[in-house]
This record gives sequence, C-alpha cells and structure tokens, in this order.
Amino acid sequence: MDDQKSIRKRKNSYGQIRAESVFKRSLVIIGAAMVVLVLGIFLTLIIESIPSIKSLGLKYLWGTTWDPVNNVYGAAPFLLGTILTSFLALIISIPFSFAIAVYLGEYNPKGWLSNFLKNTVELIAAVPSVIYGFWGLLVLVPLVRSLEMKTGVLPYGIGIFTASLILAIMIIPYAASLGREMIRLVPSPLKEAAYSLGATRYEVLTNVILPYTKSGLFAGVLLSLGRALGETMAVTMVIGNTSLIPTSIFAPGNTMASVIANEFTEADHAVYLSALIELGLVLFIVTVIINMIGKRIIKRFTNE
Amino acid sequence: MEKIFMIGKKSLAAVGLIAAAVTGFHTRAAAQDDKTILGAGSSFINPLYSKIFADYNQKTGIQVNYQSIGSGGGILQLTNKTIDFGASDGPLNDEQATKIGVPVLHIPQASGAVVITYNLPGNNNLISLTPDIIADIFLGKIKTWNDPRIISINKGVDIPAFPILVAHRSDGSGTTNIFTNYLSKVSADWKTKVGSGGAVNWPAGLGGKGNEGVAGLIKQTPGAIGYVELIYALQNKLDYAKIKNKKGNFVVPSIASVTAAGNVKLPDDAKIFITDTDASDGYPIAGFTWALVYKEQNYNGRSQDRATKLMKLMWWNIHEGQQFAEALNYAPLSKEALKVAEKILKSATYNGKSIL
Repeated sequence: MDDQKSIRKRKNSYGQIRAESVFKRSLVIIGAAMVVLVLGIFLTLIIESIPSIKSLGLKYLWGTTWDPVNNVYGAAPFLLGTILTSFLALIISIPFSFAIAVYLGEYNPKGWLSNFLKNTVELIAAVPSVIYGFWGLLVLVPLVRSLEMKTGVLPYGIGIFTASLILAIMIIPYAASLGREMIRLVPSPLKEAAYSLGATRYEVLTNVILPYTKSGLFAGVLLSLGRALGETMAVTMVIGNTSLIPTSIFAPGNTMASVIANEFTEADHAVYLSALIELGLVLFIVTVIINMIGKRIIKRFTNE
Repeated sequence: MEKIFMIGKKSLAAVGLIAAAVTGFHTRAAAQDDKTILGAGSSFINPLYSKIFADYNQKTGIQVNYQSIGSGGGILQLTNKTIDFGASDGPLNDEQATKIGVPVLHIPQASGAVVITYNLPGNNNLISLTPDIIADIFLGKIKTWNDPRIISINKGVDIPAFPILVAHRSDGSGTTNIFTNYLSKVSADWKTKVGSGGAVNWPAGLGGKGNEGVAGLIKQTPGAIGYVELIYALQNKLDYAKIKNKKGNFVVPSIASVTAAGNVKLPDDAKIFITDTDASDGYPIAGFTWALVYKEQNYNGRSQDRATKLMKLMWWNIHEGQQFAEALNYAPLSKEALKVAEKILKSATYNGKSIL
C-alpha cells in the first residue's frame, strides 16, 4: 500500500514537473510568436516596397509630388502631415489628460463622481474612430469654418487643425488613464511626510507627486502619440486629403495612414502599390524611432 | 494538470494560426460546383448585378456569387483565376494585361455617368458649363463663380460671387477615371499637367472619400463644386450642371442621354471610354462598365459545361438583364453597344471552338 502510494505520488510529481515545463515552454512560444509577427510585418513591408525603392530611391522621402498617373511618388507632404497633426494633437491634449489624471488620482480618487468621470474618459477610447470622423465633419468642421471666417484664412473648415482637434480628443484617455494609475501609486508616506512639514496640497502635487510620477506620465503621452500617428479613419474624413505641402495649420493636408486607406484598393500598377506599401514602411519606422526616443527620455528621467 | 496541458495545446494552436497568418495561406475559391458562378469586382455595378442575378437564379436555378470588392480587386482575382468573371469600370491597363498574359474579353454591361454637382445658395436653375470652363475650374485657374466666362454662358441665371472650392475623390475610383479621362480629351492643358487615371495628382481642391464624402464637402461649403456618380446624384437629388458636348449641345445628365452617349460606332473590342461622345444628344462624361472573362475558357481544368454556363449568364446580362437597369438608375446599353457586346461574346472559345 505504502509503496503504491509513493509511486503514485512520484508519478504525480513527474507529471507536475512535465506540465510545468510545457507551460513554461508555451509561454516562451507565445512570446516568440509576437516577435516573429512584428519582424514578419517589417520584412513584408520591406520586400513589398522594393519595386518602389528601386524606381524612386531616397528621393521618395523628400519628394513633394504624388502623381499616380506618371508614377512619381514623394512622401514628404504626408510625412509632414502625419507629424504635424500628431504633435499638434498632443499639445492640445496634454493639459486635459494631465488635469484629469491629477484630479482622479489625487483630488478625488473615490466616490460616484470620480467613477463616473473615469468611465466617461475610458469611453472616449472605446468609441470607434469613424464616429469621431462623422462628429468632426458635422459639428467640428462648421465651428472651425466660422472661426476661420473671423480670422480671415480661407474658410475650408477641414484641414490639419480640425484633424488635430479630433485626434486630441481621441488620445486624451491614454495619457489620462496611465497618469491616474501612476499618481495613485505614489506611496502615502511620502505625501504624508510632505503634509506634516506643512506643505499645501498644491505644493505636494508639484514637489512630490509630479516628480515621482513623471516617467509614468511621459509614458502615457508616448502611448497617446503612438495612437495619433496611426489613426486613419477620423483623420481622413476631416483633413482634406490633398497631396500639397500644407502652408499653415489651417490648410488641408494628408497623413500617411489616410493615403494608404484611400488609395490602396484601387492602386492599379505595381510601382503605385509598392509606393503605398513603402508609405506603410515609413510610418512603421517613424513610430519605432519616436518610441525609442521616448524610451530614452523616460530612462533619463528615472535615472535622476 | 490537464488544464495546463490544454493551455499548452491551445497556445500551440494559436502559434500555428499566427504562423499561418505570417506566411499567408492562399485559399483558393472553394466552389467548383456546377450550380454556382463566381464573380468579383466593381462596386458600381453591384446593385444592378444583385437584381439581375437574383432573377437569373429564379429562372435557371444557377446561383451567381458576386463580391463587390472594387474593380482593382476583381482584376486581381481574375488574374489569379479564382473567379469566373471580373467586373471593372475601366478596361485593363497595359500592366494588368501583361500580367494576365492571355486575351481577356471586355463585355459592356451598362453605362454610368459622372455629373458636376455644386452648392450655389439662392440659385434654382441648372447652370451650364463648357468643357474648357470645367477643366479650368478643376485646374484651379477659375477661382470665383462670377468669372466672366461662367456668366456669359449662364445669362438669366443668378450666379452669386462666391469663391470656388473644388472637391474631388480622395480614394482611387472608376468615377475619377472617367472624369479625368474626359478632362484629358477636352483640355490639352489638363492632359499634360495632370493626365487621367483612377487617382491623380489634383492641382486644386479638397478630397472626400467616396461619392458621399465629395457630396458632404459640397453640401457644407457654399460655392463648392465637385463630381459624383449620376446614380448617387439622382438618389440624393443633388443639383447638377448641363454640359456642352462635342456637337455643341448643352445636355442634362440623365439615363437617356447617357445611353445615347454610347450609341456611336464602337471598336470591335469595346475597350473604349465613351467620354466626349460624338452623339449629338449624348451626355459627354459617360462610360461603360465591363464584365471581364478569359477569351479561351479552357484553363485550370474548367469543364466545358461551366464555360457554357458562364457565357449564357453573360448573354443574359446584356439582354434580359438590361430591363432592370433603368429602375436602378443605370443607363442600359445602346443598340450599337449591344451589337458589339454580342459579337464579343460569340468570340469566346473552349479549346478553340466557339461556345455560343
């Protein structure tokens, strides 16, 4: 009896060990699959852009003409449009997302109002982007147009500025949610020590909480920027879709993502299709570079 | 323990799926059964096809599965031989023809047209436009509505002094192809500066996605002008312009005037844009939409039976099918176009012998 029991026990523990190693291995495989996926996408983009790289070379990056009829492709207006709309959106959104993060994280972390506000902000991220596009077209565009009429610029209504406004609204939740979590994670002994030294709430915020959380806040901003760079549908509905270099922030323009979405289905020759894919490659690289710079900055902040 | 194993298996399956996605499995069209014919392409003709094919199914029991994925996609699928017929709003370009490598028949199915629509508050009459004015507006040369050239051909029409805002399609489309083809024919300046194609380098204006995007821009902006499909304009009751055709008549876009545009001597392969038509009552910015089939039907091990069924369907499209066109705002084929289409269909072969 005893022998049998111990054998079964041993078998069980062998099984246990096997299961553990299978589990561990599957974790590794799944993790590796992600790496393979990203590399696969990157490689596909490179391979598919070769015809365009061959026929256009590096001029593709600073060329300003996008002419599918004569097979001349220059990505500069779209590169500029993407960067302009994204950073403008970021600048507009930061005050809002930080204010929300501070209010929900520090001033009013509990209770129905806090919950309501928190859920509303998260809902902003859940609304499909095409709905923002519609809303932008029907509500925001006329507003911007009447503003433009007063300031004396050409009253298009749509353009870089309108696209940035829409983007700003869409990216607020990312920085706000992450910032709120970070602020709530600030250890209370730190804050209490500051209070006991006679600091006011505002002083605690500026001297304890913000320095403690700045890398987290920055990471949230970075997340927002990533979202803004790739947003397609809402932007294409309000940006004006011209391939001319924008002359002001009220001028119409275009972004890389929206050009791809617009022209991909009916691209009818090989170089054209390849030029669009190369646009995807450029967007991919821009995103990676901005992420890397962001990581650098976060590291520097946290090392201090 | 079992649970862990299950997770292991599931994750393996997931990895397998991801690997499949990365390497890109090509699934071939499954349906090789004899009661289903596969087609894909133009979204413009989709409503008409839906009606024709439903009727055909009732009468013959043969089902036609048509995917409205856009002309470019249809041509690609035909090239890959995953469908029986493609549908396109433009003929194959040289590159596409080389890629297919064998003759492809272009069978006219119906005509569509592009109308110039505009937003001029307080104006209730149709305005008139000439080809050179249209070209100069879209080139960005004419900048206001009270330009003397516009005023001089619109006597008695109250035209306000708005600045002109040009709206065009931002997505590649057959509509743009027909419109820019027309502009290239009537304006040498347009031909050298811009040219024609499904997407072009627009010298002026804003882009909207789809007919609804362009119409939306125009509706919102007083003084805007743009182009949309005739069907879209009719369904949404947009204002559109009368256009002077080659014979000097100002023609209102309508189903009759679009059909008339195709009632001219056509080349034997029907691969022609009928823009800037010679017909005296024809609307000048019109074009065919085509069904595309391989001339030699014995490829990929197709049965003769299948080839015959396909050809019978194509025959039905240009004859009995035409009765549904007008109710759906498509322009049916003209007499001349029908004659050419019949001849083209009769030239299809199986093992070198004609099918119909």
